[in-house]
Amino acid sequence: MDANIRTGLMAAGMAAGMLGLGYAAVPLYDMFCRVTGFGGTTQVASEADADLAAAFAKSSGTRTISIRFDGNVARDVPWRFKPEYPTDTVQIGERDMAFYTARNDSDIPITGTASFNVEPEYTGKYFNKVQCFCFTEQTLQPGQEVRMPVLFYVDPAILEDENAKDVEQITLSYTFHRTEDAEAEAAS
Amino acid sequence: MATTADSFQAHTEDHGHAHDADHKPGFFARWFMSTNHKDIGTLYLIFAICAGIIGGAISGVMRAELAEPGIQVLNSVTPFIGVGDADLNAALHHWNVLITAHGLIMVFFMVMPAMIGGFGNWFVPLMIGAPDMAFPRMNNISFWLTVAGFLSLMFSMFVPGGPSGLGAGTGWTVYAPLSTDVGSPGPAVDFAIFSLHLAGAGSILGATNFITTIFNMRAPGMTLHKMPLFVWSVLVTAFLLLLALPVLAAAITMLLTDRNFGTTFFNASGGGDPILYQHLFWFFGHPEVYIMILPGFGMISQIVATFSRKPVFGYLGMAYAMVAIGVVGFVVWAHHMFTVGLDVNTKMYFTAATMVIAVPTGVKIFSWVATMWGGSLEFKSPMVWALGFIFLFTVGGVTGVVLANGGIDDNLHDTYYVVAHFHYVLSMGAVFSLFAGWYYWFPKISGKMHSEFLAHLHFWVFFVGVNVIFFPQHFLGMQGMPRRYPDYAEAFTYWNEISSYGYIIMAASMVIFFVNVFYALAAGKKAPANYWGEGATTLEWTLSSPPPYHQFETLPVIEEHHDYHNHLPRSDEPARA
Repeated sequence: MDANIRTGLMAAGMAAGMLGLGYAAVPLYDMFCRVTGFGGTTQVASEADADLAAAFAKSSGTRTISIRFDGNVARDVPWRFKPEYPTDTVQIGERDMAFYTARNDSDIPITGTASFNVEPEYTGKYFNKVQCFCFTEQTLQPGQEVRMPVLFYVDPAILEDENAKDVEQITLSYTFHRTEDAEAEAAS
Repeated sequence: MATTADSFQAHTEDHGHAHDADHKPGFFARWFMSTNHKDIGTLYLIFAICAGIIGGAISGVMRAELAEPGIQVLNSVTPFIGVGDADLNAALHHWNVLITAHGLIMVFFMVMPAMIGGFGNWFVPLMIGAPDMAFPRMNNISFWLTVAGFLSLMFSMFVPGGPSGLGAGTGWTVYAPLSTDVGSPGPAVDFAIFSLHLAGAGSILGATNFITTIFNMRAPGMTLHKMPLFVWSVLVTAFLLLLALPVLAAAITMLLTDRNFGTTFFNASGGGDPILYQHLFWFFGHPEVYIMILPGFGMISQIVATFSRKPVFGYLGMAYAMVAIGVVGFVVWAHHMFTVGLDVNTKMYFTAATMVIAVPTGVKIFSWVATMWGGSLEFKSPMVWALGFIFLFTVGGVTGVVLANGGIDDNLHDTYYVVAHFHYVLSMGAVFSLFAGWYYWFPKISGKMHSEFLAHLHFWVFFVGVNVIFFPQHFLGMQGMPRRYPDYAEAFTYWNEISSYGYIIMAASMVIFFVNVFYALAAGKKAPANYWGEGATTLEWTLSSPPPYHQFETLPVIEEHHDYHNHLPRSDEPARA
């Protein structure tokens, strides 16, 4: 092959590779956030993990931490969505259940999914959810009101993190967004 | 060689020309279907000047609006300048359209075409002793894609954009969600995105062309370590383009599908993240600022060496400093995003990595100074522009080190301090190097000498003008004036007024520039092959001014006795054509 064509194709290949990497950034960024808790991404834990953390908390007598709950909706979601109690105090490692209530104020059924994170963002990797209404879509009929639980615990490993060990309060925030696809299904 | 010579002969007989190397096609074929690197370079330069006039005029509207607090220009009923006072929101949207257009035009359609397309096309083949670029027809495509991109951007200003007016009002960064269907429902942003696609495709093809040309078509004996620094700078720039632009293409394509096809890459309701857009954009955007300045570094190196009559100090250090700037430039992007909520460790990393770039940049600044040290200095117009570049780029670099601090940037982010910083490195750094290159090579390109007096006058008036515009903006930024607004608190009036006076001075200097260009073309003295004398030692000075349409009838050879600086044949060797 002509040397120029070969060099040209190699250069074009580099450009194509970077285009691919640009797209690969989407799943990689998502994975990065999940693994590292970057941007306040919370972790998902099993019952067994939670039991282990609770046992650790009981045996070593960890301190308590305050959790503030925040709930809001995207502007096109006609729901009233708020936590039952604005704050709660839990022992680090101990599991806690909090409830949010949501009420559909419109006259049509609406399906929503909640996005979530915690603040300060660097506590994301220690905030474990065992169960959460945010893992699935929620459909509310007109006027329907539901109580939605979230079961979580704060990983005792937070006490060993130089940046996070002095945190006194973690804010857990949810935003409900409309799920377009499910809505179309429900309508048909 | 025999076959080539035969067809060459036949060609000559057909047309009956004595000097076939200088045979040019007819006007339309020459300029619209051009495959000649010098003609395409000229087209790029003309295009960049046209785009620069439009982008510069837009900044004039902006400085007029900012001359005093309140809205007084945007609500006039002059087309392109104001949209009437019926609706304040429309006036504010028009402001966003102006800043978007100014940024995109100056980055993609002025600096990049002039540096890479213009001077790169013209002088890379000449300096390495090549007859043309590796892919001449692809070169033509690159240029016309850039033109098409510019037209798409211009067109976007005439179709609905944001909720309250025509045009894309997203800023040059096109951040989601302002740029998604939430913030900009109209098709203007689609045209702006399309414009970036076209210009980006043109630049990627151009970069491929430069890499191939520089790797494969150097004159015999011209090793990479004997290449002129301008060629080095274009080579590094081409790699940056190749690695950065596709990431922008990916980001804006995702934006396009988010806007039109229901994807949710940057939409939280579908699990996307608008911050991801910022990461992708700045992964492109930071190398982009080096793309805009590296060819300028190359030109300054040639010019400083020429007018010091000395080889450039620390040649290898200069070349590999550019490589280092290019490499490190890819791992500092989040310093543009210090306020999105990065944790302390991430900010520390990006602060430190950013400051590391000051090291190779310092190597370059000190090497230019060391080149001049003990040199036989001649203050011709390219040299004064180069000196202006070194001084003002350093000022911009110093404020850059200030902004690199994550903690300080929390305070200065999106203030006029940032505006002052990047205009010092771009509208003074990049633009001073462009004018330096212009006065250095314009007689070589056109065959006509410009007026040195007007060139010096242009320099001094421009120097005063841009400093009066941008230096006070440091004060405004430190006092907390945010960028991207057409209005401001009355306390900021004083320095804004002065800044707007600076614009008038700068505009006057552009009149001098154009007078000089027209003077040179109409009445300029004929330029000899090497009009700068013994300091000019690269291969373009072995050719006539302008060079023949097809140069290097005899390919130059770089011998053992040639170093990285002097590529001229010895006086006992026959002259080349």
